Amino acid sequence: MALAFPARVVEANARVYRRTFRGSVVSTFLNPVLFLLAMGVGLGKLVDAGTGDSTLALPYLTFLAPGLLAATAMTTAAGDSSFPVMAGIKWRKTYEAVLATPLGVGDIIGGHLGWIAIRLTFVTLVYSGVMIAFGATSIGEGLISVPPAVLTGMAFAGMVTAYTATIKDEQWLANLFRFGITPLFLFSGTFFPITQLPGWLQPVAYATPLWHGVSLCRGLALHIGYTLSPWISVGYLAALMVLGYTLSRRQFTKRLVK
Amino acid sequence: MAESLVSAEHLSKRFGDLLAVDDVDFQVRRGEVFGFLGPNGAGKSSTMRMIGAVSPISSGSLTVLGMDPAVDGARIRSRLGVVPQDNNLDEELTVYENLLIYGRYFGLPKKVINERIDELLHFAQLDERRKSKVEPLSGGMKRRLTIARGLINTPEMMILDEPTTGLDPQARHLLWDRLYRLKQEGVTLIITTHYMDEAEQLCDRLVIMDKGKIVAEGSPRALIEQHSTREVLELRFPVGTQEQHAAELEGMASRTEILPDRVLLYTDDADRTSEEVHGRGIAPESTVSRRATLEDVFLHLTGRTLVD
Repeated sequence: MALAFPARVVEANARVYRRTFRGSVVSTFLNPVLFLLAMGVGLGKLVDAGTGDSTLALPYLTFLAPGLLAATAMTTAAGDSSFPVMAGIKWRKTYEAVLATPLGVGDIIGGHLGWIAIRLTFVTLVYSGVMIAFGATSIGEGLISVPPAVLTGMAFAGMVTAYTATIKDEQWLANLFRFGITPLFLFSGTFFPITQLPGWLQPVAYATPLWHGVSLCRGLALHIGYTLSPWISVGYLAALMVLGYTLSRRQFTKRLVK
Repeated sequence: MAESLVSAEHLSKRFGDLLAVDDVDFQVRRGEVFGFLGPNGAGKSSTMRMIGAVSPISSGSLTVLGMDPAVDGARIRSRLGVVPQDNNLDEELTVYENLLIYGRYFGLPKKVINERIDELLHFAQLDERRKSKVEPLSGGMKRRLTIARGLINTPEMMILDEPTTGLDPQARHLLWDRLYRLKQEGVTLIITTHYMDEAEQLCDRLVIMDKGKIVAEGSPRALIEQHSTREVLELRFPVGTQEQHAAELEGMASRTEILPDRVLLYTDDADRTSEEVHGRGIAPESTVSRRATLEDVFLHLTGRTLVD
């Protein structure tokens, strides 16, 4: 049976992944263990001992884990939407080969994002498994934070894909991580509540997509309440995802259908 | 006359201010090998991309396999084979997997693709490499794999953009042989090249493009007859004296061309002209008589100025 057009691209991505997954196994399985060990258990001991005027009413490991889940979804999505997309457009020009078949730009992007959704589901499930194994959350709490984490990742996947399709020089990929992804990872409430930030910086943090992802994952997993209605966060992330798809389509067309 | 698979009228392609293809007309007939020749930037690749239904036309009209690329792009592409200038293979995948995913893009069932892959690997002389990754393969192997990939959907027409650029002579001859076999099987081939021997070997008909326009059209033989004499006599004089000797050679050939290191006399009988030259007491350092080639026509029509 002939698959729908974007599904053919998903299938091709899965085949490439089968050949290249070894490189990402470490980041998928080992990174959550390392981060939860170092930050959650190690640093968490200090935090929980209350070296300052602690604002947390729960163990640091438990506080950290769902936020880190959302942040991991972000970095996975950003990684998969940057270098492979640059390879497809510029380095290996494999997208040009796809466009010589009946498939079009929309199919490439649909397939690419569809594949990332599958990858994110897998990565976040593994992650929540580690969270549960560490005793950071219960099984139910761990699993329920998977869907908002995938949504967070998809919001980034679309936007980063559009960004990569826009830049001509690979230097800007390094800058994306340097000035975009890494600061977001550190300052969007993953490691500490953003009420700890200087007052003028807090509105900026609230505006970042990762904060909304962290807020959703943490709220669902830990029932600690939300600063902002969760539906606003869901809407915000979903809107970014749609915007990312639309912009990607426009940039791909500009770049590849000349 | 065989049916036209591609028909272009007043076809143009514009990128911003640049007119890459400027009002060209041509027809490609079923079963023939049709060539686009031209220096870099002549508009060959832009024309190929329009025929391949991946690049929208700017003006004029274009019909491919009886359809309009703007309306039926996907249907046209499903019946075409494309070999781009860059191989753009999935280098992490094996030879087999490259063919498999490409067949899947066309929506072919796996069983059909697998049968086809056996034939194609044999055709491309890559049977032994079935399970090899693409990355370490030689340039000639990658090229043959790209051609095999373009054949996965059993296309009626194949578009090859500079199929042998960068290959060594052995690899080129092997490719020519494979392309000739495709032609014998009835596949219509459209190729671009800047190798004149390749065009003479392969093309039934060709057009020469320069600065976006078609400047000549016909079979290789007809083009030589039309734009050149039968033979060429090349005379080499000491550097710096070509001009001076050229004056003495006045009227001995239907056309004389002075190059920095040689004087070319276009004539119908090079040996006889050579005798006349020596008879007049002119003594070049060396002489070469040869048949006129497509390269003479090409350089005559597109000029000798270097295009970067």
